[in-house]
Amino acid sequence: MNFVATLRIALNALRINKLRSALTMLGIIIGVAAVIVMIAVGQGAQARVEDQIRSLGSNIIMVMSGSALSGGARGGTGSQQTITEDDAYAIGREVDEIQGAAPTLRGTGQVVFGNANWSTGFYGTTADYLEVREWPIAEGRGFETSDLNSAAKVVLLGQTVAKSLFGEASPIDQVVRIRKVPLTVVGLLEHKGQNMMGQDQDDVVLMPITTARKRVLGAALAKSRSVGSIMVKVRQDADMSQAEAKMRDLLRQRHRLQPGQDDDFFVRNLSEILQAQEASSKVLSLLLAAVASVSLLVGGIGIMNIMLVSVTERTREIGLRMAVGARGRDILTQFLVEAVTLSLIGGLIGILIGVGGSFLVGELAGWRTELSIPAIFLAVGFAAVVGIFFGYYPARKASHLLPIEALRYE
Amino acid sequence: MGTNVVAALGGISTTINAGEFVAVMGPSGSGKSTFMNLLGCLDHPTSGEYWLGGQEVSKLSADELALVRNRKLGFVFQHFNLLPRTSAIDNVALPLLYCGMPAAERNRRAARRLVQVGLGDRLDHHPAQLSGGQQQRVAIARSLVNDPILVLADEPTGALDSRTSIEIMALLQVLNREGITIVVVTHENDVAGFAGRIINFRDGKVLDDHSNAARDAAQVLAALPVLEAAAA
Repeated sequence: MNFVATLRIALNALRINKLRSALTMLGIIIGVAAVIVMIAVGQGAQARVEDQIRSLGSNIIMVMSGSALSGGARGGTGSQQTITEDDAYAIGREVDEIQGAAPTLRGTGQVVFGNANWSTGFYGTTADYLEVREWPIAEGRGFETSDLNSAAKVVLLGQTVAKSLFGEASPIDQVVRIRKVPLTVVGLLEHKGQNMMGQDQDDVVLMPITTARKRVLGAALAKSRSVGSIMVKVRQDADMSQAEAKMRDLLRQRHRLQPGQDDDFFVRNLSEILQAQEASSKVLSLLLAAVASVSLLVGGIGIMNIMLVSVTERTREIGLRMAVGARGRDILTQFLVEAVTLSLIGGLIGILIGVGGSFLVGELAGWRTELSIPAIFLAVGFAAVVGIFFGYYPARKASHLLPIEALRYE
Repeated sequence: MGTNVVAALGGISTTINAGEFVAVMGPSGSGKSTFMNLLGCLDHPTSGEYWLGGQEVSKLSADELALVRNRKLGFVFQHFNLLPRTSAIDNVALPLLYCGMPAAERNRRAARRLVQVGLGDRLDHHPAQLSGGQQQRVAIARSLVNDPILVLADEPTGALDSRTSIEIMALLQVLNREGITIVVVTHENDVAGFAGRIINFRDGKVLDDHSNAARDAAQVLAALPVLEAAAA
């Protein structure tokens, strides 16, 4: 008996019991759809973390000022301005593993252009900053050494700031004022998006660190060389922890710290935090998929149940088929094809619902979901395996019936 | 229980010739069902031989027996055993499905046999849409579709009223005259009377085996008072 004929018999049998077939399939449909949606949600979460890593720039280490100890009370990070611009240059110069080290001075202020204004944070930094953050210029130019040396009145705008002040018009060569200091916009930064805390990274103004210190932040800081933090990028092929250790040694030396004395600075490896987050989101998506697979398994047991009922109910039919020449394996094939057809049709409907469901979850819950083609194949493959696995026992039972007894079955 | 062996049949040697119409009779437990199962290659004899159309089939495997049933035998059952919610033509074509015949040829042969049993206008009807007599005709068409050398009918009239029973026997007589070998199992003398030879079983033995001057079912039918005429 050829396969097409077997398939026809199976489809016919399923058609005869439409409601029962539909309900049996429902288990598989829900299972497959759940696997697809869950994997889409998990992958979406993972992709978000990956995007954040990319937007931060890879291999980044932050050096921040340490805490001050005054009268037994310890202040928080930055309560003591211990890190200086020169520390940053020293790190860049003396640690081989470092690709760039950008000192940053942070301030906030109202940015004014004409009758538009916008409150934002600004960073005084060096040309290294853009390299460290892997942040290209969308329009115009970045900082030059001459800007730094002369404390030139130039700024780079983030996308959000530019949009707030200029709309769609180009901000290049326009003059904005921050804390009453007129500054010329020389460049527009590329779009960067949110960071891992959900902050808008494009809501930013960058200026040469000398400009920030001498002209914008004011007299209090004019004499000092201290900075809030240093952002360091380690070379792609270098060992992060080794670079971190070397940097720590260098800073302790520069700050004349005795052995046994606490560091007066903090070193934070940001990529590590993100990588931990990525790992946990991977575990999460695996867990979601595992839970969804359980429902597929339950669907498979449903198929087995119905196939067993079907074999009992159709004992006389099996007897007749055997009497007119069906061999045991013909009967086995027929019932197996029936079970696999149930699970495959269920699987296909499950794909449609799963894909639709993923979009719906994305739209309604506002979660990022990412459809994964391998996951879809996996789900359907699993559905087919479930069909074969749970269909085999009832089919074998049917094929081992004796024709005389099956024909007499009441 | 245990090791008691019950010999359903013993010491039987019978030959059924091509073209015969044989009735097998006997009370329940007489061994006639076992005899039929052996004839139909549905069971193995514990000892002895069975030659069917020049082939010794008593030692064949289950798969080989399935092939023999598929190619050489046709079955008619008391309760018709048609597939529910399946058209008459698909029911008739069922045996051909298991010998790998292309669909067009299957349908052609099935339609021809349905015409032969007088159901040429009922090809697409489901069993539920047919009367008992019509269902048995479909079953007879199915038993003929593989051009068998022997048709076995197990109480073919057991589930039918007397008039329809005679109609079915008339059909079997017509087929027999066309050269088909038929063995009918029955416990009704009336039914057996339409056969050309009667074998009586009792306690696993052949009680007697004699030829019979068969009544013509068509004539019996014509002599019956026409009861259903008013309804038709």
